[in-house]
Amino acid sequence: MSATLQTPPQGHETARTMTGAEIVLQALKDQGVEVIFGYPGGAVLPLYDALFQQNAIRHILVRHEQAAVHAAEGYARSTGKVGVVLVTSGPGATNAVTGLVDALMDSIPVICLTGQVPTHLIGNDAFQEADTTGITRPATKHNYLVKDIRKLASTVHEAFYVSKNGRPGPVVIDLPKDILIGKGPYTEAPQTPHRSYRPQTEPDARAIRDAVALLKGAKRPIVYAGGGVINAGPEASRLLGEFVRMTGMPCTNTLMGLGAYPSTDPQFLGMLGMHGTYEANLAMHGCDVMLNIGARFDDRVTGRLNAFSPGSKKIHADIDPSSINKNVKVDVAVVGDAGRVLAAMIEAWKQDGQQQDRGALAGWWRQIDEWRGKSCLHYVQEGSIIKPQHAVKRLYEITREMGRDTFITTEVGQHQMWAAQYFGFEQPNRWMTSGGLGTMGYGLPAAMGVQIAHPDALVIDIAGEASILMNIQEMGTLAQYRLPVKVFILNNEYMGMVRQWQELLHGSRYSESYSAALPDFVKLAESFHARGIRVTRAEDLDAGIREMLAHPGPVIADIAVAKDENCFPMIPSGAAHNEMILAPGQTGGVAGVTDEGKVLV
Amino acid sequence: MPDPTDTSYRNATIAVLVENEAGILARVVGLFSGRGYNIESLTVAPVDENRRLSRITIVTSGTDMVIEQIKAQLDRLVPVHKVSDLTLEGPHLAREMMLIKVVGKGENRMEALRLADAFRARVVDATTESLVFEMTGAGDKLDAFIDLMRPIGLKEVSRTGVVAIARGAGGLLA
Ligand SMILES: Cc1ncc(C[n+]2csc(CCOP(=O)(O)OP(=O)(O)O)c2C)c(N)n1
Ligand SMILES: [Mg+2]
Repeated sequence: MSATLQTPPQGHETARTMTGAEIVLQALKDQGVEVIFGYPGGAVLPLYDALFQQNAIRHILVRHEQAAVHAAEGYARSTGKVGVVLVTSGPGATNAVTGLVDALMDSIPVICLTGQVPTHLIGNDAFQEADTTGITRPATKHNYLVKDIRKLASTVHEAFYVSKNGRPGPVVIDLPKDILIGKGPYTEAPQTPHRSYRPQTEPDARAIRDAVALLKGAKRPIVYAGGGVINAGPEASRLLGEFVRMTGMPCTNTLMGLGAYPSTDPQFLGMLGMHGTYEANLAMHGCDVMLNIGARFDDRVTGRLNAFSPGSKKIHADIDPSSINKNVKVDVAVVGDAGRVLAAMIEAWKQDGQQQDRGALAGWWRQIDEWRGKSCLHYVQEGSIIKPQHAVKRLYEITREMGRDTFITTEVGQHQMWAAQYFGFEQPNRWMTSGGLGTMGYGLPAAMGVQIAHPDALVIDIAGEASILMNIQEMGTLAQYRLPVKVFILNNEYMGMVRQWQELLHGSRYSESYSAALPDFVKLAESFHARGIRVTRAEDLDAGIREMLAHPGPVIADIAVAKDENCFPMIPSGAAHNEMILAPGQTGGVAGVTDEGKVLV
Repeated sequence: MPDPTDTSYRNATIAVLVENEAGILARVVGLFSGRGYNIESLTVAPVDENRRLSRITIVTSGTDMVIEQIKAQLDRLVPVHKVSDLTLEGPHLAREMMLIKVVGKGENRMEALRLADAFRARVVDATTESLVFEMTGAGDKLDAFIDLMRPIGLKEVSRTGVVAIARGAGGLLA
């Protein structure tokens, strides 16, 4: 008998008997999975054997299990689908943990299948045994250890349900080898509601009315939208645009929310938070009513909590009730899916008889325009040394000129913040960055996953020279699958973000933050069958970018940038929004870093 | 609405109805340790074999905001059916059981038996030099009895932790 996956017979009740491995693949197929990112090993050989004998699901062989999870995250974030990972027991599972926590922090739907030693050996310290469900319990939204093959199919279906419903997140299914080899019944996804997990998606009508009443009466309103809007699907972003335009309010996005509102729209204030714009942060500080939709009052956004937007009424709409009133007390709590909330708010806005104070709103915009006049992202590119901001800005402008659908991933550090500040996004799902966990090494594998999902799109990882080395082995995966990902390194020869904090907080003692003994990135690219480009002078920047974009295969572009550039504006840890530090030469709120601030990260 | 500036602590007795499955207790305990919440007492046992449900009773303390967080965090665990703050949601009963061993002879032994009688503790084991009492009640009543036994010859104590239920006709599942 061949193990080819069959389409289930229509309306047929009798369960078919298959091996555990076949059951897993059939369930994945029924869940609409087309691709999985994985790495083989002893405990998952039965699954690899079943994969070998079918064509419905494509397997992408990564070079490290952490990268498999980030690739699945990139795939998920750029498509809105669940990303799927397959790794072996023991080290395969432990290597995946960083990716799982990353997906947990950023609410990314990922299923991770982990191999496990056979059930009778569990607990015996068998070869490549790890307590995977124990280790990943705080690293996942939920996890399962399948000990009974009769529950295998339903567990896989449930895992998909849990991963994508409510606040999305990673789910691990630990699969002992005897379960994969044994035979059991295949059952289709249940049509009945889950026994215990039924998150509320439809907002409460009264909360919506209260929210709208507050916003209608506002003189200085602001919309603060986060990754929840992206997670709710492209329609939610469209509704956000509709709501913001019909109300005339300013809108800011979190790092996770970039693309939810078009960056070139005049009502967009840019990103807020630690490295957000002057106008976004001051507007948050000075507003009288704030609508937080799909964001979580993260410490990178609020700054010092007791000074956060002190005079405002706050509305918080979130799919996860535990996010509401966690850090910041709010006046109106709306539990629901961001898209459903926005649709309801648009309706309620039309119904509500109250007149908006358009005069006050015009005054608020005059104030905001004054803040905008500060041009907080202004920099001067002069001479041959490339400013990192300029490199990102030119990359943005040139890709825009070309008009290709462009997806950006990043690593973590200053380059990530410059990418967020200088690369504009008009649509959701085009920006993938590790926000909550801040995982160096995220960008390259995430870009891989994006490129798999969008083979014809332009996918660029804006990287730092230190971060890129954390998952550089994935250049091999790019080569194997001919994925034309462009790695755009802002090479400042420092762990720049660390260096910046050392300069500002630790008396310029640059302890262990210099990137010594760097590889020759051009040769490194070539050894991985990719194109290597190095640009050292501002005059050559555009040509380098164009060469990178014109090359049909993967490229590493090593852009030598100013080594001592800092990322501004900056709200130091423990400071308030109105205590922002601006770039040298710009005046505005100036903060010292307090001792309380120093203990924060 | 919880007020973040209100830093006064309160106690909360929380009942949680969960799927009776492997790992559920670890999930709950991990949540408390991972997020730095207090556990003063935690009890768990299956309460409905047919529907595979267990009931966890947690006694915790924190500011109003923290207790609201604890409930929301518990509620979003996948195998959790229902979370109820018994302290907040009206009158409830909270009981603990303990077994307490007292060692002594003569007048001490007589005194222990007299006090046990007054506290409605039952003798469940006796030798010529030891007694084991079983006692059920509110936690402070148990505490008081332990304090009285200390000078008499307290040997060891085993307590169940708190179980609790709402008064009246209502139940956890509507
Ligand atoms: C895995 C991991 N380890 C350590 C850190 C702490 N960290 C944050 S930014 C950074 C430096 C990144 O350097 P680079 O990639 O060169 O980026 P740059 O800041 O120079 O743009 C470090 C070490 C982290 N975020 N992730
Ligand atoms: Mg660097």
